[in-house]
Amino acid sequence: MTPVVATAPENILSVQDVKKYFDVREGLLAKKVGNVYAVDGVSFEIARGETLGLVGESGCGKSTVGRLVLRLLDLTAGEVHLKGVDISGLSRSEILPHRREMQMVFQDPYSSLNPKLSAGSLVSEPLTNFKQGSSAEIDQRVQMLFERVGFKREAMERYPHEFSGGQRQRLGIARALALNPSLIVADEPVSALDVSVQAQVINLLIDLQEEFNLALLFISHDLAVVEHVSHRIAVMYVGKLVEITDTRTLFKNPLHPYTQALLSAVPVPDPREKKEKVILKGDVASPINPPSGCRFHTRCPNVMGRCRSEDPGLEEVETGHRVACHLHAPAGLTPSLQR
Amino acid sequence: MDNSTAGAARTDSPVLQIKDLRTFFDTRDGTVRAVNGVSLEVYAGETLCIVGESGCGKSVTAMTILGLLPKPPARIESGEILFQGTDLLKLEEQDMQAIRGNEISMIFQEPMTSLNPVLTIGRQISEVISLHQGVSDRVARDRAIEMLDRVRVPDAHQRVTEYPHQLSGGMRQRAMIAMALSCNPKILIADEPSTALDVTIQAQILDLMRELRDDFGTSIILITHDLGVVAEMGERVLVMYAGRKVEEASVEELFHYPLHPYSEGLMTSIPRLNESLAEDGDRVRLQEIPGMVPSLIEEIPGCLFAPRCSYASEQCVAESPRLAEHRKQHHAACWESGNFANRLESSTP
Repeated sequence: MTPVVATAPENILSVQDVKKYFDVREGLLAKKVGNVYAVDGVSFEIARGETLGLVGESGCGKSTVGRLVLRLLDLTAGEVHLKGVDISGLSRSEILPHRREMQMVFQDPYSSLNPKLSAGSLVSEPLTNFKQGSSAEIDQRVQMLFERVGFKREAMERYPHEFSGGQRQRLGIARALALNPSLIVADEPVSALDVSVQAQVINLLIDLQEEFNLALLFISHDLAVVEHVSHRIAVMYVGKLVEITDTRTLFKNPLHPYTQALLSAVPVPDPREKKEKVILKGDVASPINPPSGCRFHTRCPNVMGRCRSEDPGLEEVETGHRVACHLHAPAGLTPSLQR
Repeated sequence: MDNSTAGAARTDSPVLQIKDLRTFFDTRDGTVRAVNGVSLEVYAGETLCIVGESGCGKSVTAMTILGLLPKPPARIESGEILFQGTDLLKLEEQDMQAIRGNEISMIFQEPMTSLNPVLTIGRQISEVISLHQGVSDRVARDRAIEMLDRVRVPDAHQRVTEYPHQLSGGMRQRAMIAMALSCNPKILIADEPSTALDVTIQAQILDLMRELRDDFGTSIILITHDLGVVAEMGERVLVMYAGRKVEEASVEELFHYPLHPYSEGLMTSIPRLNESLAEDGDRVRLQEIPGMVPSLIEEIPGCLFAPRCSYASEQCVAESPRLAEHRKQHHAACWESGNFANRLESSTP
């Protein structure tokens, strides 16, 4: 069963109003001339055994969120709690013990594995680094992991270039699982794979997540993939979450106009199904000069006067369903300003 | 369905006809049989989709049509590419240049790498026009603005003076399309034209391509790995696997009555919207195609898909199946396809 909306004690990850601004520099002296508002106030939680899908288009800041969660980047503002501990302000050495608890699976299995290490050493490296037992114990765990992701023992002797894309991704997953983490951030883990192999990796991720009871942050631009993997889904647009709810609700009853457009834009692999498309005009807004008010107002088919000036907060419209849109502002709080 | 144009036999002659094309690459490790005996026809005003996974030979087929492959390492082992009665494979480079970009043009997946970064958009489009149509620079430039307008690039007057890096991905792809259509080609080859774009931008570009095909009457060869794009854009579709054509049918036929196990596997292995959750709210596992794509270097006697196929028999391993028509206008290269088709016949009156 779907773990119901994250309630306090079992939260593995809690992200609170996280912001990350990058400098825009220009000229000979690289003078700072502005900010890239890559992530601008994002909050969510992930419970043990739960997958949160994070979707959005390129440049919306979804990968930056993944990196902030793992503290691969420093936060501009906000807090990240891992198993109740605030890790947002920790120094490099202080964070080290927490790294065991959180691992990452990358998009490109070609560039994220050290070509000079054999498959076996790639998976045992984290165990050796964190001194997880004797070498016999480490060997045993590596063997178990290889078996679990569907490799024969002989594969341990081979090097990354001898593996296909899908196999490398499985190797990356085995490496991420080595330390038995509580949280895995997977950033577009199947985007570089062919469809026939993609299904293998998606199924493996679902199985392993249940088996190891992992909290999984699954970042992707592919809505169909995210739908298959996730219990809950967060939709991001130019640095902010616009909607977050459980998977079924998001697809049956999407409330934010951006979510609706995103869902309708996905090509349907069935020639008999001719659906009415909402084709958005224009391009994704720039995170350097984000539009005033609601960041989606420049492309929104339902834009109203207040959308241009007032930024809608992410408000709960029904249990576990939060939306940042003036159309769905909770009743009573907002006088109707529709023109 | 039998009355649809795609289902009925075509009486007009094709604009482009490829016969038994074999494009090989000589590498240090051996000969890579990238395209291994592919035949196809493209008719006026239709969209033919070529679908398959990376390495199946779909892009190499396109590059061979336009003579864009460096030789060596590429080598045309056999075949003919007939365009308006001429075999493109026999043309001198000079004659090919008169066709490329003029009668047959191409758009690529990554518009940033296929546009020249140091020339303005306007210059790049008008260059094509003045080269092929022999008009003055001024006329060519006006034509370029008109084309950009046509592909709905806002402020076309301003945009012609800008460089590729100043445009967004979607706008660059529009500029590429404007350039490709500027000489009103008979055939437009689009190699993964929307793959590098975001979904909302992809929807815009696909919509634009449909509209332009209808307005200009251009035939489109659309190369993609995305079955969703095929279902939305194509009339006929050709499925490639490991350098071979394994199935060809109308889009409707292929999606509802696939006759090759590989096509069937592709259909069932893709995640689809709104189908991920079972009744109890639990997640549904996807169907997998086990194993992986075979090496194109080794000579494999039987069916190339046999090692991954659940229907494979001894015959499949020993002998390569020929492409045959098993239903009306529906060809598949599989020993079992006849049985599949018979079963369909008896279950659907």
